[in-house]
Amino acid sequence: MPPLDYQIEQPPAGEPVSSERLYLWIATTDHKRLGIMYVVSALVFFILARLQALTMRLQLAIPMNGLVPPDVYNRLFTMHGTSMVFLVGMPLLAGFANYLVPLMLGARDMAFPRLNAFGFWVFIFGGLLLYYSYLGGGGLYGAGSAPDVGWFAYAPLTERPFSPGSSTDYWVLGIMLAGFGSLASAINIVATTISLRCAGMTLSQIPLFVWMMLVDSWLIMIALPPLNAAQIMLLLDRHLGAHFFDTQASGSALLWQHFFWIFGHPEVYILIFPAFGCVSEVIPVFSRKPIFGRQAMVAAVIAIGFISTSVWAHHMFAVGMTSISNAFFAASTMLVAIPTGIKIFNWVATMYGGKLRFDLPMLFACAFLFQFLVAGLTGIMLSVAPFNWQLHDSYFVVAHFHFTLIGGFVFGMFAGICYWFPKVTGKMLDERLGKLHFWLFAIGFNVTFLPMHILGFLGMPRRIYTYQPGRGWELTNMIATAGAFIQAIAIALMAWNIVRSLRRGDVAGDDPWDAWTLEWTTSSPPPEYNFETIPVVRSSRPLWDLKHPQDPDWQYE
Amino acid sequence: MSAANPALPANWNLPDRGVVGIACFIVAESALFIIFVVGYLYYAGKSLTGPYPDQVLKTPVMATVCLLSSSATIVLAEHALHKVRIAAFRLWWTLTVLLGLSFLIQTALDWHELIFKDHLTIASNVFGSTFYGLVGLHATHVTVGLIFLSIVLCSSLAGFPIATGTRRIRFLSWYWHFVDVVWVIVFLVVYVIGK
Repeated sequence: MPPLDYQIEQPPAGEPVSSERLYLWIATTDHKRLGIMYVVSALVFFILARLQALTMRLQLAIPMNGLVPPDVYNRLFTMHGTSMVFLVGMPLLAGFANYLVPLMLGARDMAFPRLNAFGFWVFIFGGLLLYYSYLGGGGLYGAGSAPDVGWFAYAPLTERPFSPGSSTDYWVLGIMLAGFGSLASAINIVATTISLRCAGMTLSQIPLFVWMMLVDSWLIMIALPPLNAAQIMLLLDRHLGAHFFDTQASGSALLWQHFFWIFGHPEVYILIFPAFGCVSEVIPVFSRKPIFGRQAMVAAVIAIGFISTSVWAHHMFAVGMTSISNAFFAASTMLVAIPTGIKIFNWVATMYGGKLRFDLPMLFACAFLFQFLVAGLTGIMLSVAPFNWQLHDSYFVVAHFHFTLIGGFVFGMFAGICYWFPKVTGKMLDERLGKLHFWLFAIGFNVTFLPMHILGFLGMPRRIYTYQPGRGWELTNMIATAGAFIQAIAIALMAWNIVRSLRRGDVAGDDPWDAWTLEWTTSSPPPEYNFETIPVVRSSRPLWDLKHPQDPDWQYE
Repeated sequence: MSAANPALPANWNLPDRGVVGIACFIVAESALFIIFVVGYLYYAGKSLTGPYPDQVLKTPVMATVCLLSSSATIVLAEHALHKVRIAAFRLWWTLTVLLGLSFLIQTALDWHELIFKDHLTIASNVFGSTFYGLVGLHATHVTVGLIFLSIVLCSSLAGFPIATGTRRIRFLSWYWHFVDVVWVIVFLVVYVIGK
């Protein structure tokens, strides 16, 4: 190799000044910095979407409330749903995967670092584009502001005559950009997992979190492009006068629902898998036992990954499909309960007989188990088509999917945040504030969403901006609103805890939880190159092998 | 039993990350096309007003021959590059670009005739919407492929040591083959089944 005829620029000695530090973040392709940026921006959008939810709860607290007019309310629930799914859920999982997958695999970065940075920046601009609609959504016609068509944007409501102005275009383009970011992450995660595992680590030895993210990425790759395809059709309808979803020219509004839910149902599994991954890492470490039934866990997640692509129309029982379709989608939906049940039982079996330590991550993981179970049970109820006809588009459904997405996804991710916070920052979270946050959040969550099941039985429909007094909905709505504010206090406590622990938290050390996966072998926070020497792995608990050379796992696996 | 740290396994070879990446990309692209194909089939025969497919569509035999043979020429180009015969590589690669370009030009002429003679536009009926949607999406992919093919051609003609980039050129040719396979499906759906 000829000698280089230029000098590699050396970083100046000493602490970088703030402009240089900003440059380090903006121009980075380091998976850890990108991961942190993903998670932080997700948390910012989380707070925005929470404020929207709080406004909705305030509006519904008492009957015939005039706090927000109906059109504003429509924008609120559209932006709340869209943000929570595309600007909170997706970047949160991308951030976790970016940060953890290379560390867990003993790699120095993701497979395509520049693609990774590209993914983050298109996501953030997609999010900004969506929120810019509050200013620019009126378009040339001056009609509308933010999108108000629901997060699923059912046709023909999204067609030109019913949705003038540019708000729906912002919804399409913002989500499409954010979706490209998710696709970039997904491709990166698969390539990293397949191609960059450290020496000795076979696919059967990678941590369960990585397995979940691998299947997750598969779902992202086959589920997001259908949404983009449908959105391209919608743009053609809106701007070139095509008739894909134009019901007056034999276009089909039903086809949009099919296309949307072909994406939309796998999407909810895309969101829950990372939470499964976090819980699967947390529960063994805090039960001091290896995970129960590792192979069964992997098989179950792959099974869910396949079954979840054939259940989408259970969102559409009420539109009048044939009874054969109804029966098929009801049966396939119930089928998902089997692998999911296997997972729940395996987590419980891991805890059974273990030496349980109820630190913060474990508390969140336990709450996850209970709440996700409730969500799964109401899910099976809703998969029964005749039952679904009764409760479709009622608050029962709202309660069900908030139990999966908050009780499952958010609690699982909070377990992950508490678990890996010491690794990412080098500081411990304050335990006392953290427990306060946990209990307030768990109580607030259940106070908000448990009564919503009853509201659904009492016939309260989704997406209404107000209701008449005397229907028996007043008390339950008031309780739900109170719960929403308890949750808000909990989130504020969490933010305060993070800021405070960053400044004054105890030093964490490399391995505060006495864990077993590779990310805990390096320093906290890890250096830019992750590992000084690339590790060699012979079992699924490499750090256990290092700590117990007289009794390593690889003798038994 | 020995407690020593296990030795580094011999022959620890994992698949090329580029191979995995491009395979994933093709999976995602396939999902995109499948939805457009399903849309086309769903709306086949549902147009309320003309023009209808059997009245206006002419099977694009020449364009298909051009595009499919460009898959063969790109293989020959790769083969030449593998043997470091740069002149042959440039010849086959130029031919690939020309064949791709002629496919696009023929599509453009077809569309011109459809729009100005047969008065079939994207706004005419659902046949027009799905036809221009599906064929247009494919033509967009051909265009993107052509841009990349041309970049390689220009770099090669400008004297860039192209033989150092065989890996990337392999991925580009996979993309090109994918676009060809999609055309076979589009052809079957639009000109055989849907007509």
